[in-house]
Amino acid sequence: MDIKVHVRESEDDAYVVELGGEIDVYTSPKVKDAITELIDQGHYNLVINLEKVRYIDSTGLGVLIGGLKRVREHGGTVNLVCTNPQIKKIFDITGLVKIFGIFDDEAGAKKALA
Amino acid sequence: MNAPETTSEHLGTVELRIPSKPEWVAVARLAVAAIANRLPFSVEEIEDLKLAIAEACTMCIQQGGGTESIDITCEAATSHLRVEVRDHRYRERGDAAKRPSVIAVEGEGLGIFLIQALMDKLDYSVDPQLGTELVMTKRVGA
Repeated sequence: MDIKVHVRESEDDAYVVELGGEIDVYTSPKVKDAITELIDQGHYNLVINLEKVRYIDSTGLGVLIGGLKRVREHGGTVNLVCTNPQIKKIFDITGLVKIFGIFDDEAGAKKALA
Repeated sequence: MNAPETTSEHLGTVELRIPSKPEWVAVARLAVAAIANRLPFSVEEIEDLKLAIAEACTMCIQQGGGTESIDITCEAATSHLRVEVRDHRYRERGDAAKRPSVIAVEGEGLGIFLIQALMDKLDYSVDPQLGTELVMTKRVGA
């Protein structure tokens, strides 16, 4: 079981949180820490790239929802990059497709932040 | 005259006990996936099962108030997989203490919603004093 978290600033002033591996009750605190740190630094427009995520559960979804709520308080947003059909299905059945912008690639997710 | 319709055949029962800690949930998830792989489930159905069992274990941990362990019992049949997930307080109370019906939980979250969506049948009971128990079934090819 593993989670990889990589944060980078893209050329268009957005911050990208690139995640890889499995996001569950054990690993989601690490994801939460990364997102919270960015928000605490004043970055409210985020792209969270889930392309390399193989698995996500409700605790992972909870972290993403918590991040979205916090950035929205500052007029920001969180866009997701997700191509894995199983993970897309989870967003679909929970109705989260309606509150997150979900994109097939990072360029689209960053463009939609502008 | 046609032959009678084939009924579901019990294939076996697998029992697993994990510590009630987040780092062990992945073990339950992978074990159930291995069991499900012995039945003619699709890859997508196995992914559904993995998530449902992990959500059940997470509920036991989050509702358990320091519970020591989680028991997972998988009953495999030709037509379905039935999985029971319960924290150790159920075990200590014994069969006589088991409640026959489901007790609805207030404030149920995303986890229980996901299990209900991914499995074909779910009975559950969450009680801060009595413990957490979920019994769920997924039918093959449903």
